[in-house]
Amino acid sequence: MKIKITTKELTSDFAKEVKERSGIDVKKCYQCGKCTAGCPVAYEMDYMPNQIIRLVQIGARKEALSSRTIWLCASCITCSTRCPKEVKIAELMDVLREMALEEGVANPMEKDITTFHEAFLNSVKKHGRISECGMIMEYKRKRPKAALKSALQDLSDGSQLMLKGKLSLAPHNIKGKDSIKRIFEKLQ
Amino acid sequence: MGYYPGCAITKCSTSEEYGTSVLGVSEVIGPELEEINDWNCCGASSGHATNHKLSTALSVRNISLADKDGYDEVLAPCPMCSQRLIISQNDVQEDKKLREEVEDAIEMPISNNVKVSNYLEIVKNYSMDEIAEKQKKKPEGLKVASYYGCLLVRPPKVLKFDDPENPKTMDEIVTAIGAEAVDWEFKTSCCGGGFTLSRTDVVVKLTNDILEGAVEAGANAIAVACPMCHANLDMKQSNIEKEYGRRFNIPIVYISELIGLALGLKPKDLGMDKHFIDTGSVINAFSNIEK
Ligand code: SF4
Ligand code: SF4
Repeated sequence: MKIKITTKELTSDFAKEVKERSGIDVKKCYQCGKCTAGCPVAYEMDYMPNQIIRLVQIGARKEALSSRTIWLCASCITCSTRCPKEVKIAELMDVLREMALEEGVANPMEKDITTFHEAFLNSVKKHGRISECGMIMEYKRKRPKAALKSALQDLSDGSQLMLKGKLSLAPHNIKGKDSIKRIFEKLQ
Repeated sequence: MGYYPGCAITKCSTSEEYGTSVLGVSEVIGPELEEINDWNCCGASSGHATNHKLSTALSVRNISLADKDGYDEVLAPCPMCSQRLIISQNDVQEDKKLREEVEDAIEMPISNNVKVSNYLEIVKNYSMDEIAEKQKKKPEGLKVASYYGCLLVRPPKVLKFDDPENPKTMDEIVTAIGAEAVDWEFKTSCCGGGFTLSRTDVVVKLTNDILEGAVEAGANAIAVACPMCHANLDMKQSNIEKEYGRRFNIPIVYISELIGLALGLKPKDLGMDKHFIDTGSVINAFSNIEK
């Protein structure tokens, strides 16, 4: 892995900050690579899971937070399950994603993924439950390029789902949707 | 017992046949299920991927509602839901500050007395004898690859369900109804989960590997207990054909549908006409038990 790190970054205590937020101690990792060996999406990542840990260990904050890896992680938890040092790597990916969003440094190459999460949560915020049609429409509206690429397949999948009565156009509103809205207002 | 369907398996949703078959089967062999009042979405993968507190609060609100309704056990058949609910319960038990913040956000106290279970656990703990007693049909020549995916077994320390590398519960159910459970290597491989829309390419590659593994092990059907696994393995077979030129045409059935067929329920009442890949071969494998 080729990265440029300034001494200023190296002295900053990124690992400590991560530990304070999540309780995850990256210092325990001895870089055996077992996490990466079992990761199903490693082939698409810019940094391997063990390299992400290394970046956090050495304080390379910008590289870790703006990596594509954190978004490509499918949260399968294979890595954390197999780590001999019990480092919670999958959970670390969650924290790094959260920080990347807070700081506005999420990698633009994986915008399809971040937009999907946004559309999903907006639907929950509005209705209390997922409105599949609404969510998909919002996602497609915000990611027209991705939408165009998959248009034909979507059309056939979508119409099959409709035919089978498995895609409802109406949102599923819950009675307590105001209390859901309040949860979002307090915590988002 | 409290029932938390979650968004994916309610009526008119992409995996409604899972819900239909779980409820249909429970009417015959129990346990008696009642939907939790006014449950909300647990936030699924997007919640924990972007905001830990929000994800915890959305999940835990449902636990508090279940407690309010008087349930001490809840079935959440979708493993994404059961996993999120259990992890969140665990997190608020370990972190007092988080617990206070979440209680403040959901405006309800959090109960420590609600046990959340996935569908396989419930069948294993409550219904194996009932299945044996009430079985009406038996499959012939049905070779099933039990596919657990990621969410049912991981993280093992929190979920405490089965072996995370080689789980057996679904195979035991498959064997109990008289089908053959094939031995294969992809039981807990990831299918790409929630990347169905945003990174279809990843899902197509991973599901191709899983389907290939099942077919090579001699399976003629794959059993699942997860709406996301089902959607990816069932719906993406047409993408795989376009992408890799390979036509698997292998039916992906919910374990609840298999149990339902064994109990003699009508395929249509189990929602088996709702799949992309035709389930006829699985249905036809079942014939009446001669008594
Ligand atoms: S498996 Fe654990 S110890 Fe090994 S490299 Fe990965 S995080 Fe580090
Ligand atoms: S949780 Fe993420 S990083 Fe870990 S193995 Fe799965 S996809 Fe890879």
